[in-house]
Amino acid sequence: MTALIVGASQAGVQLATSLRDHGYTAPIVLVGAEAHAPYQRPPLSKQFLSGAADLASLELRTAGFYAERGIDVIRGERVTHVALSGSGRRGAGIALTDGGRAISFDRLALTVGARPRRLDVPGADLEGVCYLRDIDDAARLRAHLTRAQEVVVVGGGFIGLEAAAVARAAGRTVTVVEAAGRLIPRSVAPMVSEFFRQAHTRRGTGVRLGSGVAAIQGWQGRVSGVRLLDGTLLTADLVVVGVGVVPRTELAEQLGLACDGGIVVDEYARTSEPSIVAAGDCTVLPHPLAGGGRVRLESMPNAIAQARVAAATLAGDPRPYTEVPWFWSDQYDLKLQIAGVAHGYDQIVVRGDPGAERFSVLYYRRGQLQAITAVNWPADYLAVRRALAGGTPLAPDRAAASDTP
Amino acid sequence: MPKVIFVALDGSRRTIDGAAGDSVMATAVRNGVPGIVGECGGNRSCATCHVYVDDGFAARVGPPDDLEDDMLDLAVSDRRDTSRLSCQIKLTDDLDGLTVHIPDEQP
Ligand SMILES: Cc1cc2nc3c(=O)[nH]c(=O)nc-3n(C[C@H](O)[C@H](O)[C@H](O)COP(=O)(O)OP(=O)(O)OC[C@H]3O[C@@H](n4cnc5c(N)ncnc54)[C@H](O)[C@@H]3O)c2cc1C
Ligand code: FES
Repeated sequence: MTALIVGASQAGVQLATSLRDHGYTAPIVLVGAEAHAPYQRPPLSKQFLSGAADLASLELRTAGFYAERGIDVIRGERVTHVALSGSGRRGAGIALTDGGRAISFDRLALTVGARPRRLDVPGADLEGVCYLRDIDDAARLRAHLTRAQEVVVVGGGFIGLEAAAVARAAGRTVTVVEAAGRLIPRSVAPMVSEFFRQAHTRRGTGVRLGSGVAAIQGWQGRVSGVRLLDGTLLTADLVVVGVGVVPRTELAEQLGLACDGGIVVDEYARTSEPSIVAAGDCTVLPHPLAGGGRVRLESMPNAIAQARVAAATLAGDPRPYTEVPWFWSDQYDLKLQIAGVAHGYDQIVVRGDPGAERFSVLYYRRGQLQAITAVNWPADYLAVRRALAGGTPLAPDRAAASDTP
Repeated sequence: MPKVIFVALDGSRRTIDGAAGDSVMATAVRNGVPGIVGECGGNRSCATCHVYVDDGFAARVGPPDDLEDDMLDLAVSDRRDTSRLSCQIKLTDDLDGLTVHIPDEQP
């Protein structure tokens, strides 16, 4: 009854651990394409990039832990082919790796995550154009950052803004270029976007909204500048690209699983072939806070919660996904915390004082609390997260009063 | 290598060799100590790393800062004077033998 988990990161490690917690005693094989022992990604654009944390401190579990729990971790090998066997037990099959290994399994879990979307403009392959998804990317970027003077960050999402903040704090000249009309447009209300624009500007980071990149310019194979669509040239010796991620669906497609901007799963983390589960950044899942639609949640808490659900399903003790989505981002001394899904809201309530860099925004749909974004205000964030988890209503007029909750 | 001792609710103790500079939470999670979850990876966003610092060490470890204090107030069901978020306690050689008690439940 070997369980094969493809992808050894946040979701894969949690799935393996939770399977054991459910009393699963058969072999567990966790295969990961990366050469490093599984590690946490969030610090890559924060403490690791700034030099405050090293690789060893990011490790998810010790080698001893995997040995003790009987989790066989295969590193540095990518699963290239996977197929279910036509006969025999449902869900059983075989996987092949680029290391020449064949692994037969009785249960399969896909936790393959996502890859960074590449910038598709002339010059994008010049030396000094960096992405930020894995530890090798982060180490390369960190090395470039020690020598760089002028940094252009392409993409005003969380990763771009965090990288910009680290570079600026290290004294570099930094400009963020965002194609949309505001920062982090998919995750927060316009006034929060505007707050972050001002906060970055106050700290000396340039922000250019509504600016597309036409080309990266270079000299002797190295980056020398970024040409915008309006013709402006920003000089740069380092370009950081953070323009989103693309879920890895190749293996799911080989298996004929339904994919729609990610591997489609239900609230039990089952794919369209119910014997196969999937969890983490590679999936799209149904969520009540998304108004009945499916969402892709690119976050560590989701990877962990969904992996737990997937493990329970594989262990034959299915429990639905109930986690309220949550997320955080650190930029300079600003701590942003988000709970819920800020989509399709028709009313917002602002508490606190954006000018003092301590405030929160609550999102409502038809009087129903949907989400919060809090800046330097963990108390508000936690209170709302609890209200969302417990289904406690928190009326907009009450929330507007500064002495509640 | 500073040692950390985790005391479970039933009184059982587990001693782990930590590394100076690592947090108590990371030391626990990486070694699979039950009852310390550390969902946010040490970002003061989840409070699932709550511990009670043993009386003998409370003074040396010190109190939480304001943000952590808010988190503890709101998130933790049985907050005590010795409550800390273990992701905010960094191991040092001075803290060798640090003993923390794992609470009954995490948020
Ligand atoms: C710089 C950065 C900062 C972030 N900050 C935050 C934050 O502050 N808060 C937050 O909540 N989230 C944050 N995230 C997001 C979070 O890290 C992800 O949501 C989380 O890592 C998802 O975990 P996962 O296991 O689903 O996928 P991934 O972490 O992407 O892991 C997938 C793994 O599978 C491996 N793999 C893929 N295909 C194969 C194959 N065929 N064979 C073998 N192995 C394979 C990959 O190599 C990879 O190691 C951040 C991400 C990044 C990159
Ligand atoms: S690990 Fe989340 S607050 Fe400590």
